[in-house]
Amino acid sequence: MAEKISHTQYGDAPLSTAHNLDTTGVNEEEGLETQPGDHLIGRTVTINRPRQELYEFWRDLRNLPLFMQNIHRITVSDGNRSHWVVEAPGGRQVEWDSILTQDEPGSLLAWESVEGASIRNSGRIEFRDSTNGRGTIVTATIVYDPPAGNLGRMVAKLFEKEPHIQARRDLRRFKQLMEAGEVATSSPPNPPPKA
Amino acid sequence: MRALTWHGKHDVRVETVPDPQILNPRDAIIQITSTAICGSDLHLYDHYIPTMKSGDILGHEFMGEVVEVGPGNQKLKVGDRVVVPFVIACGKCFFCQRQQFSACDNSNPADNADMSETLYGYPMTGAFGYSHLTGGYPGGQAEYVRVPFSDVGPIVIPDGIDDEKVLFLSDILPTGWMAAENCQIQDGDIVAVWGCGPVGLFAIQSALVMGAHRVIAIDHYPHRLDLAKSMGAEVINFEEVDVREALVEMTGGIGPDSCIDAVGMESHGFTADNVLDKAKAAVGLATDRPHALRQVILACRKGGHVSIPGVYGGMADKFPIGALMEKGLFVASGQTHVQKYTEPLLKLILEDKLDTTFLISHRLPLEQAAHGYKIFKEEQNTVTKVVLHPGMTQVH
Repeated sequence: MAEKISHTQYGDAPLSTAHNLDTTGVNEEEGLETQPGDHLIGRTVTINRPRQELYEFWRDLRNLPLFMQNIHRITVSDGNRSHWVVEAPGGRQVEWDSILTQDEPGSLLAWESVEGASIRNSGRIEFRDSTNGRGTIVTATIVYDPPAGNLGRMVAKLFEKEPHIQARRDLRRFKQLMEAGEVATSSPPNPPPKA
Repeated sequence: MRALTWHGKHDVRVETVPDPQILNPRDAIIQITSTAICGSDLHLYDHYIPTMKSGDILGHEFMGEVVEVGPGNQKLKVGDRVVVPFVIACGKCFFCQRQQFSACDNSNPADNADMSETLYGYPMTGAFGYSHLTGGYPGGQAEYVRVPFSDVGPIVIPDGIDDEKVLFLSDILPTGWMAAENCQIQDGDIVAVWGCGPVGLFAIQSALVMGAHRVIAIDHYPHRLDLAKSMGAEVINFEEVDVREALVEMTGGIGPDSCIDAVGMESHGFTADNVLDKAKAAVGLATDRPHALRQVILACRKGGHVSIPGVYGGMADKFPIGALMEKGLFVASGQTHVQKYTEPLLKLILEDKLDTTFLISHRLPLEQAAHGYKIFKEEQNTVTKVVLHPGMTQVH
């Protein structure tokens, strides 16, 4: 049996925390197909809301731009296929289609980009009840293949130098929105010029 | 509106800036009536705190009248008089529900939280007017301020109570109170307090209210020591005597049961340069100069309590970890969970069991805020607290 993508070889820590990330051990049953050279991002937060509520909010993909900073728009063409428009540096946009590959109501969503996407990517979001009464443990895992050339440099900027940063910021905003009902901000979207 | 803005070391100015606006459903806009300069504002004034930007509005001890509320706020109404805690807290997360408000997970904007996660391991809470490390929220040394999560933080003040009686519920009174509470004072306990600034003085007052047998205060400014004495403390001038030996003698050789460090890094500060990079390296570096804290740990009796309300930001060199461990000291610290204390402390104020007005030495118009910073920094003996009033026209 293939090594689980979600865990390191020894101990109980997730693979995303490994010093040397080796994504060759793939468990396709978990919906994450990786190839050598792929980048893997994993991040977990605890959200003090019921599992079902969090799942349902995420399942309506049109909600994602509310807390994912770089996503301009997501349109759902049918139940499982969606079109993602992502803001890129320099006022450009990157677009791709994505297919929902797994949907376990209340607990799991997994997706992957369709053949020919400019940024091949796949990911999953899991919702588990915390065993100590602290709400729902939410784990996001994203695998992407950074393309070469100009687009590659743009994608690196898009995901920022440290690929964990965008994912953890997005998850923080998701947590804020679900727990506090709003995304914390300290500045107006378009500050008016000084009087 | 007019506001006190930061532009660099020892460069603060009152300028005209855009009025704040409601950005989120739970926001409120407060028209400021009283706003104080905090000792910790001097760290900003001296540019010891990283992540400041030119034009940032300072101020985290303020109160005023509600002039606008967001659609998600069911608690406040226009016209309410409120005091606003300096810590911004959502009230809903794991930490807020345990009343650890200064650990709120949701009040620091996601983009700002990376810095404190790098420095401290986890993202810290948001706060007013205190650098972009704590969220970059505009502060309250201004005519108006936007208050996020205003259905959690602000406490409504009954009519007929002067601003000066309640203003310090915003920070320094709860901070002094929590410092004393962290000592877990028992019958017969002797509490020593390093630093007789506002927090130290309120810690003295709080320790006595909590039943401390004696309080010994340590400073070198005669006027501040006089204030401590007038509150019932015995005093030590550290320029005159060896503090640890004096404490040994004054406690019958046992040592103080609890020691409060109300000094923090401020006497020497921490060098802001490359703090973030240094934190990552985390090897053999020093950013804070914890002279008082070393003395606190050495002077405390075996098995005693060490309470640290004083602000530290980075790394300390030559920290007496041996004394801490071998003596079995209990240590408690943290930014103040202000929201936990405002209700009970307001009650004590209204019952005349706590008085905070004695502290105020200077009252100035907001327009003279820059002068207020200058004298608060340069004349610490006599300038114990500066309160600013927008709209005030003359000094009295």
